[in-house]
Amino acid sequence: MEVVSSIRTPLVTGGKSVADVSDDICKQVEGAPSRSWLLAITVSSAFLLVGLYAVLVLLWEGIGVWGLNKTVGWAWDITNFVWWVGIGHAGTLISAILLLFRQKWRMGINRAAEAMTIFAVICAAMFPMFHMGRLWVGFYWALPLPNTFGSLWVNFNSPLLWDVFAISTYFAVSLLFWYIGLIPDFATIRDRAKNQVSKAIYGALSLGWMGGAKNWERYESVSLILAGLATPLVLSVHTIVSMDFATSVIPGWHSTIFPPYFVSGAIFSGFAMVLTLLIVTRRVFHLEDYITVHHIELMNIIIIITGSIVGVAYITEFFIAWYSQVPAEQYAFINRATGPYWWAYWTMMTCNLLSPQLFWIKKIRTNIAATLIMSIIINIGMWFERFVIIVTSLHRDYIPSSWVMFYPTRYDVGVFMFSFGFFFTAFLLFTKFFPVVNMAEVKSIIKGYSEKEK
Amino acid sequence: MEIDKYYTVGIYDDDEVVLEAVKKLRAEGVKIFEVYSPFAVHGLDHALGYKRTRLPISAFLFGMTGTILALTMMFYMMGVDWPMNIGGKNFVALPPFIPVTFEMTILLSAFGMVGTFMVVADLKPFKKPRLFDPRCTHDKHVVAIDLAVNKLSKEEINKLFDETGASEIHDKNF
Repeated sequence: MEVVSSIRTPLVTGGKSVADVSDDICKQVEGAPSRSWLLAITVSSAFLLVGLYAVLVLLWEGIGVWGLNKTVGWAWDITNFVWWVGIGHAGTLISAILLLFRQKWRMGINRAAEAMTIFAVICAAMFPMFHMGRLWVGFYWALPLPNTFGSLWVNFNSPLLWDVFAISTYFAVSLLFWYIGLIPDFATIRDRAKNQVSKAIYGALSLGWMGGAKNWERYESVSLILAGLATPLVLSVHTIVSMDFATSVIPGWHSTIFPPYFVSGAIFSGFAMVLTLLIVTRRVFHLEDYITVHHIELMNIIIIITGSIVGVAYITEFFIAWYSQVPAEQYAFINRATGPYWWAYWTMMTCNLLSPQLFWIKKIRTNIAATLIMSIIINIGMWFERFVIIVTSLHRDYIPSSWVMFYPTRYDVGVFMFSFGFFFTAFLLFTKFFPVVNMAEVKSIIKGYSEKEK
Repeated sequence: MEIDKYYTVGIYDDDEVVLEAVKKLRAEGVKIFEVYSPFAVHGLDHALGYKRTRLPISAFLFGMTGTILALTMMFYMMGVDWPMNIGGKNFVALPPFIPVTFEMTILLSAFGMVGTFMVVADLKPFKKPRLFDPRCTHDKHVVAIDLAVNKLSKEEINKLFDETGASEIHDKNF
């Protein structure tokens, strides 16, 4: 048996037993939806419906309804894409990388974080699809199928195509990993279910899991290998997203620093979103004993690290622009900080580089209200980071006669709202119908990591 | 319904107790059908004498399949079927093919391994689980012993269950 030092901070508080874990987590699934949940899903569905109007107009009229012009051909759509993909990264980091490092504190939060990953990746994938204008052909144009009018294939030298493979593999493998983790918990719900309908549904979802020792051995092995596969996968996904920019010759994009810079930025924003969601979830579903202040503090520490890496990258970019002595590159950066979009640049700097440094103070990083506010600030900052990289590099291109500004239309805003509505509606449905905390894993650490009753 | 299997079932409350119990039972020569737990009990597979699973090998083989498939696909499409002159670059070059090769390797490896897992572990939708006790997914560890394959009588096995700290003992027939 594993021996755990008694001075370690407990990961499960309130003197919970193994039976309490299934009772507390299944309560949400078995009971009637709470009033706060109904209110939340009403608001998020309203967002979804308003956004749906914008999406329908977009599909009917074409992407001309967006504020794009011939100079700025990529703006909110690709900003939102990179932002959402980045958010997804935290889930895989928690479930896969922390599993490889044997970090037990992942167990309270990995389920919800992985769910967030899946929904965020769907939101991300929407934007390139919408940007193709004709959604119905977008599904297969990007796949390696021969052109109907000849035998022209997709171009495997293009980072945009690598992205198709990266995002779809990432989505599929994340979904698989999440589902494998859910099987034993579905079996728990199945065996507790009182009514026939939920017994049948959760029975089908649990795939007949019984928890035999041989299957647990296989299950542990599969989880470990999947974590080993998902770890390089998650790093590759944002690397490839960054290559969409880095392999171009646009000043401000053409930079070898992009892959590590984007990956740490992704983890940074992803952890912020995990915190936003979990701080609310733990309160509404009374999960304070499973998602403790200690969990929040550890996530905040990751935020300081990744936020500081991102900050170093911002400064390095400036230094290299000067050091390269390429006038176009230098202008791109001076324009970012002092040009017409200076406010976006300084919002990004304040939100991402300066404000997370407050987490060095223990009082602030263990304060739940402060963490919630900070997580929202970081997500605003990370959205502006992508906006700054994309729009400020494009809007003043090689010919001054074509210099323009980008102004979003209501359809830019509306489609972004649609993705928000989808994300929160999906997450709320998940919290109601799926076990929010990985019960089987938390049960395995009750001994040793649970707060001892004194 | 015809009863074809006779089991005696010992229920344990604690994972350390069940681990010791399994060792004791096996030392006494009892053949254990299976132990059902709500979570993975480390060392239980060893105590039961199970061999290491070969699923990682399947992951490797499926991964290799993905690598070969991706490279073959790109070499064929870009080099043989319709070579495209893109800025005078080589029709076929390895570096730009690495990302897609990598992703396909991961994709096939993950799905192949999980598919194999589902086949060997007999997991499928609408399968009716044969539960010896429904609490084995809640908080109990359930040791099931098939009486037909054991030399010891039911009374002797139940006595061993009792000695090793089982909280409940009952019969189960399917």
